[in-house]
Amino acid sequence: MSNIRFEQIEGKILGFYALIAGLGILVLAALGSVYYMEHHGHFVTGMNNRIVWGMPHVFALFLIAAASGALNVASISSVFNKKLYKPLSRLSGLVALSLLAGGLMVLVLDLGRPDRLIVAMTEYNFKSIFAWNIILYNGFFVVVAVYLWMMFERRMNRFSRKAGLVAFGWRLILTTGTGSIFGFLVAKQAYDAVIMAPMFIIMSFAFGLAFFILILMASYQWTNRPLGDAVVNRLSNLLGVFVAAVMYFVAVYHLGNLYLAENTGVENFILFDGGIYTKLFWYGQIILGELIPMALIYHPATKGNRSTLGLASVLIIIGGLIQLYVIIIGGQAYPMELFPGKEILEGYGGVAQYSTSLPEMSLGVGGVALAIIAVTFLVKLLAFLPESLADDVDDPHHKG
Amino acid sequence: MSKTLNRRDFIKTTSATTIGVATIANGITLTTFAGTNKTPVTNEKRWGMLIDTNKLSEIDIDGMVSACKKEQGWGSEVHSTGNQKPGWIKKLKVKDKATGKVSNLALMCQHCEEPPCVDVCPTNASMKREDGIVLVDKHLCIGCRYCMMACPYDARSFVHETLSNQKEHMPRGKGTVESCTMCVHKIDKGEVPACVTSVNSDAVIFGDLYDASSKINQTLKTIQSAQIRADLNLNTGVRYSGL
Repeated sequence: MSNIRFEQIEGKILGFYALIAGLGILVLAALGSVYYMEHHGHFVTGMNNRIVWGMPHVFALFLIAAASGALNVASISSVFNKKLYKPLSRLSGLVALSLLAGGLMVLVLDLGRPDRLIVAMTEYNFKSIFAWNIILYNGFFVVVAVYLWMMFERRMNRFSRKAGLVAFGWRLILTTGTGSIFGFLVAKQAYDAVIMAPMFIIMSFAFGLAFFILILMASYQWTNRPLGDAVVNRLSNLLGVFVAAVMYFVAVYHLGNLYLAENTGVENFILFDGGIYTKLFWYGQIILGELIPMALIYHPATKGNRSTLGLASVLIIIGGLIQLYVIIIGGQAYPMELFPGKEILEGYGGVAQYSTSLPEMSLGVGGVALAIIAVTFLVKLLAFLPESLADDVDDPHHKG
Repeated sequence: MSKTLNRRDFIKTTSATTIGVATIANGITLTTFAGTNKTPVTNEKRWGMLIDTNKLSEIDIDGMVSACKKEQGWGSEVHSTGNQKPGWIKKLKVKDKATGKVSNLALMCQHCEEPPCVDVCPTNASMKREDGIVLVDKHLCIGCRYCMMACPYDARSFVHETLSNQKEHMPRGKGTVESCTMCVHKIDKGEVPACVTSVNSDAVIFGDLYDASSKINQTLKTIQSAQIRADLNLNTGVRYSGL
């Protein structure tokens, strides 16, 4: 294992610059959208006083969840001491930091007053989950950066396990905080469930690993470095397990809610008669984002095939975005129960309408692009990637 | 004082000074916000409102909404559409599912004793004054809208566009959140909220909930009243009867 050699990618080929340029255009488009939205005000978006968080929050929370999940590969190596994952640890930390940067960019730039970011950094209300999240997100950068440094610097290698443990603990608390943004909202029927915190953790496992696998396979493919089946198949199995776990939590969340009479309204809305939200839930989240990827990962006909694993990862990412859309937008669209036992005839109620606007979408996509640019640049700048992940290099016990 | 300053003392002194400065700074912000108030706001008072839906007509409610718009200067936004328009106070028509009884009521910020908006606000922009009035400090609001997610009464609005011709006592800003202030600028001058003044009957009573001699206190003692979403235990300052 000590034979693993890390090396920067050359990045002199046309493809590298084309990738950076393409993603750069997306980031510029996002910044242009932000200028447009902030200059005119949020009336140019699809958001309103009922749907106060729109598409940017779907992307932001997705990326933040995925960020903490992407660190898992490193955690498995350092916390659970699985040697196979050790060569992947550096990339895992890098993907985690990059995704978080992308997510935070989207979150911050959708604020009504992003120019007051300094207020958010200096005025803390410690009863607010958001205030805690600001600390947790900033802390994540520091903790993972230190962890990476310990992995990079030979003299510090002996501390890397301890740093990995801290990072693992931190990311669990961070995702708990992200899930709790919704879990602690008593006002809305769709939220106010503590299960949202662990559900977000398991969602982060799946989304983060899907991103990680795509980035790993793409970078080895495009740089012509060997990537053995042992490591890819192991990651593929792990991804399948995570998706199954997400499905379990989704089932418990909805079945639990259905049991409570006060929540049957919103459950019927999401599961049966919510129009677009019901369609997105069943076709998008469950079938496209969970069942098909599971089939691609485990079916004997497609098992072990890199292309289908890539497709499964893409579907998990799309399904994850849809899942957050259903949670965030669907949860707001369903009216609050202002008067239990009464029907509101006028003045409030009904399903709130939302249709996303181009600038919102562009901001969200820009966040993803920023994350990928960061990874692309940094693997050229620093030695994040092992020059070979061939089976005999990565896994000495591999029988091939 | 022959003792040299050691590190612990230094930290103690600096922390004390920092806390002191922070307290003063906070005070300044709040005083500026309260405007004309000369005596400090204390928790000996708790401002509240009692709305009798049996006495309140639909015309009364329309009058309350107009009075609020006029007093606070909202409602003439040109670009905001549908749910983007602000609604500091709105008219609701509610039907009892069992009896079919229809009630009309005015719904605004309920000025909770335990306001969820204040709990979730990351920057302390959402705040509750000692006398129970829940406000947004427009200088601290970063426009994250978490308070709007948390409010069980749909009482808050986000300013979706650039505004002009604002009222001097009520600065509103694009990209920040706003809601009923219970006309704090009038209360601090000993006056009554604009919506209450607009109703020519005792269908809406305003006053100090704690003051045993106040009309609101005495009425609440004798009649049956309710808080909206009382199950959430927020102990609202706005109460309703006849619902």
